[in-house]
Amino acid sequence: MAEAFDDVRDLYQEVILDHGRHPRHAQRLEDFDSTAKGDNPMCGDRVQVWVKFSPDTTIAATGFEARGCAISVASADLMAETVQGRSKADTKAMFEAFREMARTGVCPACDAAMERLAPLSGVHEYPSRVKCATLPWHALIAALDGTKETSSE
Amino acid sequence: MTIPFDVARIREDFPILRQTIRGKPLVYLDSGASAQKPRVVIDAMVNAMETQYANIHRGLHWMSERTTDAYEATRDAVAALMNASDRAEIIFTGNSTGAMNLVAHSYGRGVLKPGQAVVISAMEHHSNIVPWQMLRDSHGIELRVAPITDAGELDMAAFEALLQDGKVGLVSITHMSNVLGTVTPAERIVQIAHAHGAKVMFDGSQAIVHRRIDVQALGCDFYCWTGHKLYGPTGIGVLWGRRELLEEMPPFMGGGDMISSVTYEKSTWAQVPHKFEAGTPAILEGIGLKAAIDYVQSIGYDAMAAHEAALTDHAIARLSAIEGIRIYGRAQDRGGVISFTLDKAHAHDVATLLDRQGIAVRAGHHCAEPLMRRLGLDSTARASFGVYTTLEEIDVLADTLNRVREFFT
Repeated sequence: MAEAFDDVRDLYQEVILDHGRHPRHAQRLEDFDSTAKGDNPMCGDRVQVWVKFSPDTTIAATGFEARGCAISVASADLMAETVQGRSKADTKAMFEAFREMARTGVCPACDAAMERLAPLSGVHEYPSRVKCATLPWHALIAALDGTKETSSE
Repeated sequence: MTIPFDVARIREDFPILRQTIRGKPLVYLDSGASAQKPRVVIDAMVNAMETQYANIHRGLHWMSERTTDAYEATRDAVAALMNASDRAEIIFTGNSTGAMNLVAHSYGRGVLKPGQAVVISAMEHHSNIVPWQMLRDSHGIELRVAPITDAGELDMAAFEALLQDGKVGLVSITHMSNVLGTVTPAERIVQIAHAHGAKVMFDGSQAIVHRRIDVQALGCDFYCWTGHKLYGPTGIGVLWGRRELLEEMPPFMGGGDMISSVTYEKSTWAQVPHKFEAGTPAILEGIGLKAAIDYVQSIGYDAMAAHEAALTDHAIARLSAIEGIRIYGRAQDRGGVISFTLDKAHAHDVATLLDRQGIAVRAGHHCAEPLMRRLGLDSTARASFGVYTTLEEIDVLADTLNRVREFFT
């Protein structure tokens, strides 16, 4: 019966359903350097991100707790994998590229390291869901900047 | 139960229901957010624009007089709809939010004294929370919240206890929850509040669609609702208030149409209701609202209520059978608004999948974050019904939800 939803497979690709159901990084880091919360007041989604830096200031680990939809959880999880080992500046550039991809569905600025985010490009067909995908990134960038709270509005 | 009116016939009155969404027939289950418009409302507004439109209450010409008559006829229709004893008790606002802000500003600052309290309930829309918080912070009014039971009903004993110290000047409570569907016991609320010297305002945004509102029988002091949920246009809402209270209250907004005379030294106010209606109002929307009221009256509240009860019973029976579903609110007296969650899927994902099948529901916190917190939730999906909703549409919803659950399992 579920095949009747074929037309949403662009949004809910298998990798998204998988990371939405079984996120690998969905935990608070006991040992962290920075944390920030993200909040989408229009829909009630909430996420908190914790970051640990390496001595060279690149991101050693990212953990998160999310109360939100499959898209936001999967996006947070894929983000945590993608930014590992990246510098702050790299991560911010990635976010800009990712945000563009979420809005337009294409990403000329995306490098090979961002390939695992590509399944999220389907959100561009669902304008009301773009913020679900970008909310964890807003929280991560706030953590990198030392801001405590942010919003995807 | 057989439905006492011909839904197929009613559906023909709503042009939008012929739409297909992504190739599928529209199943509109979001009337609680805003209802669709019958042809008579659309025509009334278009006709006014094409034949007689002008500003009202000021032009000394045929067009303005005709339009003023049409707009003021809506005030009579609203007074009749709510059984107000005096047409001057009907004030037009932008929406329910506008009406509640009017009372919070005017009655709140003009009549309530610092140190008095306002009571709301734990199942209010943000529009019946935030204006009172603003009043609390600017005017020294205490804000008290009457709790609800796990069934989603007002806890009447706790409500009464909040009034015991005699400090409560105003009780402002929903007449029907936009999340739980709970219809509150309005007459009892009024009796208890009045016995303790408090005035009562009801937020009837949902209730006005589902049952006949008789403000004299309810015995309340203020009652507000909004046109767009009653099959009328957006941009026009109604505040009914007891005349003696309205007389006592200072204006909320200043400007044209609300004055008697203006000099640089001093202005004097127009009589009620115009004292509260500054500026050019929503003229066309007012004219549309009259058509909506006439339409609703032509169907009749008894028939609408019976239809809604049949839909609600059917929906609860069908949805309850879905594995992993939770329905929020089991009030004895409830209307056609059903909030639910699925264990395997977040409400936003549910809404997106339903949308792909042409089914429109609302998902989120429904502008009732404190209630969501009380329920231990961030969001729910919500199906809400209108006169045009069919039993078959509810079947489509239930069947599709079963498939949504499979998809996310």
